[in-house]
Amino acid sequence: MMLPQASTVAPNVDHLFDTLLALCALVVVGVFTVMIVFCVKYRRGTDAVRTPARQHLGVELTWTLVPFFLFMGIFGWSVHLWIRLRTPPKDAQPVYVVAKQWMWKVQHPGGQREIDQLHVPVGQPVRLVMTSQDVIHSFYVPAFRVKQDVLPGRYTQLWFTATQAGSYDLFCAEFCGTDHSRMRGRVVAMPPADYARWLHAHQGTGLAAQGADLFRQLGCSGCHDPQSGVHAPDLYDLYGRTVPLADGSQVRADERYLHDSILLPKKQVAAGYAPIMPSFEGRIGEEDVLALVAYLKTRTHAAEDPDEHR
Amino acid sequence: MSTVEPRLPRSYLEEGFGLRSWLLTHDHKRIGVLYGIGITFFFFLGGLAAALIRWELVTPAGDLMSAETYNKAFTFHGVVMVWFFLIPSIPATLGNFLLPLMIGARDVAFPRLNLFSWYLYMAGGLFTLACLVLGGVDTGWTFYTPFSTMFSNTHVILVAVGVFVVGFSSIFTGLNFIVTVHTMRAPGMTWMRLPLFVWSMYAVALVMILATPVLAMTLALIALERLFGVGIFDPALGGDPLLFQHFFWFYSHPAVYIMILPAMGVVSELITAGARRRIFGYRFMVYAIIGIAVVGFLVWGHHMFVAGQSMYASIVFSILSFIIAVPSAIKVFNWTATLYKGDIGFDAPMLYALGFVGLFMLGGLTGLFLAATALDVSLTDTYFVVAHFHYIMVGGAVMAYLGGIHFWWPKITGRLYSEAWARFAAILMFFGFNLTFFPQYILGWEGMPRRYHEYLPQFQVWNVLSSAGATILGVAYLLPFGYLAWSLRHGARAGPNPWDATGLEWRTGSPPPLHNFDRPPEVDEGPYAYRR
Repeated sequence: MMLPQASTVAPNVDHLFDTLLALCALVVVGVFTVMIVFCVKYRRGTDAVRTPARQHLGVELTWTLVPFFLFMGIFGWSVHLWIRLRTPPKDAQPVYVVAKQWMWKVQHPGGQREIDQLHVPVGQPVRLVMTSQDVIHSFYVPAFRVKQDVLPGRYTQLWFTATQAGSYDLFCAEFCGTDHSRMRGRVVAMPPADYARWLHAHQGTGLAAQGADLFRQLGCSGCHDPQSGVHAPDLYDLYGRTVPLADGSQVRADERYLHDSILLPKKQVAAGYAPIMPSFEGRIGEEDVLALVAYLKTRTHAAEDPDEHR
Repeated sequence: MSTVEPRLPRSYLEEGFGLRSWLLTHDHKRIGVLYGIGITFFFFLGGLAAALIRWELVTPAGDLMSAETYNKAFTFHGVVMVWFFLIPSIPATLGNFLLPLMIGARDVAFPRLNLFSWYLYMAGGLFTLACLVLGGVDTGWTFYTPFSTMFSNTHVILVAVGVFVVGFSSIFTGLNFIVTVHTMRAPGMTWMRLPLFVWSMYAVALVMILATPVLAMTLALIALERLFGVGIFDPALGGDPLLFQHFFWFYSHPAVYIMILPAMGVVSELITAGARRRIFGYRFMVYAIIGIAVVGFLVWGHHMFVAGQSMYASIVFSILSFIIAVPSAIKVFNWTATLYKGDIGFDAPMLYALGFVGLFMLGGLTGLFLAATALDVSLTDTYFVVAHFHYIMVGGAVMAYLGGIHFWWPKITGRLYSEAWARFAAILMFFGFNLTFFPQYILGWEGMPRRYHEYLPQFQVWNVLSSAGATILGVAYLLPFGYLAWSLRHGARAGPNPWDATGLEWRTGSPPPLHNFDRPPEVDEGPYAYRR
């Protein structure tokens, strides 16, 4: 049984793996051969020549430096690939994942929701923005050679581009309690046309639209709308901007900042505003926070998608 | 070496026969034996849990036990094997017994503290055992937060208290060894004449006293969060779950070297005695031990490449992890070169030592895959990692421990065991081990996550092979019990130096007298002064 290579990075990862494997096999065979030859030739009772031991600085330095430079070579190769694995392409389409004991909940920007399944288009980069509602989980798709832990209280991300249509195993790889081994699912990679059909068939209210509703229902608009009499930050064009904080530092308004500002508003207070916002911790779930964040990202003066500027 | 058999008074075993004479002893040799009994007990309990895990995994469905029980079984296995077997194994038994003998001292520097550390070990061990058996814990030995602090309904705090207590026995042993090596070496025993086993004990003692307190603090913080709701690790309380992983691995990665450095020390003694040859590159071996102990403190983040730590932090931890592989490579090459022009006999201790070198090499090389960030993304938290650390911990540390027990058994007990049985057990263990753990590398590469109670049917073939290997391995571990116990009554008298080995411990009686030497020995040559 061979693992499929179903993402753009999979062949590169396997190439590094195979090279390192060959190198290690060479070392193992070499050392074992030498050991066996010595053990046979110098076994007790043979009349092999046995001159007294000497120390050889040159030999020591050789087998110190040769492995060192080999290791550095492997390290360099690996880092090159690692940076690629960790840097999502600019045009990657975001999909939101919320993990909880013991299921994967997925929301697409168009509002499509799935549980323990993730539909993605072949040939287009997908960026998963993930958080957990309880303990640490880990999103692992062996066929794509990708894995990323999913933490409560922060967003982590993972990207891939599927290259072959098919259905692939999704595992939780970080022990998360009783039914850890049942926290499995499928990632279904579809040709773009099929994917578009799938999206259409499962259309719901868009995530940003859900967020806009929540923005009113939860009372956010009462303070943050321009008409409001409360002195609260204006949230237009906030996403991606650098925000000066009350403690003198600065922070980039990314997904994590927006998330924390909703759940832990006292953590990073914007400069010039009193810390009067109530926390929504425990009042709304991670999925609602994701919808709010999606809405805030679209709340721009210009009509363009702020994702383009990232 | 001298073949003069000194006329010695009573051996340490004849100094008293009652239970009292053992439980109140200050003799480092008796304390070593007490530790030996304790860790053997825990080894078989931990092994039993491993057997349950492997039997459950014969079939993909979770049919032998419930998920809850399975999770408790692997937690039990991990906690017991790491803290109550591997960490104390070589230092507390062989180290306690041999360190003073090897440097020509009468005892360790603080004999009462030594006995106290054994009591701490047993108290912490039995307490933890009670908690694990009566209630159980399902967090894994790593206690990752916030699962362990806010979500697990099991007895996390009680087990943490047990581990906390046992940590102090490590610290006291480390303290004792450091002071002993500094102040109690025999005349002429300079630092560069110390046997490598003593060097490894010294290095490991340093790691113990520097790393273990961090574990104690971390466990205390878990208790603080769990009992009083102080937000340290749980983000819902304003904490940071990654902080726990940093703390935990800051201890637990050096802890890996607490387990493997002593094994390297033992194997250096076994190979030189088996090949009757000086160690190749003594100085480089010493530098490698120190290098591993120091750099071992700087690589903890390689457990967290996909945990959410910054991409750049991971790059730094990756290069340091490659660098720490260099001294390990040096050691393997030097052991191999020691065989060159040797006079090699294949007694059981040598078989264990050669088995160690092979398995340690496979374990070490697969560590390179995990140090390479881009490969670790796929491999971490799969069976590849399980196989890797079992090659180091079981293939490495346990093989070396058993090799050491076989090598010094005549010194400890004064008796010889059945060589044929011992060789058979060593070879059976080597095959059983490889059959158990090699398939797990393949499982990991194919994507089977670790700590899975149920798994997908495509993984079954390798799991069945692994479980079959575990059964053979289990039998191989039981064999020494039989023939070593037999030797206590029926084994031939060993004489002071049955292996014709160098080293001060072989210049006194087997078993040695209470104060080890008649007169303080004088040292006028380096270690491993074999004729060749």
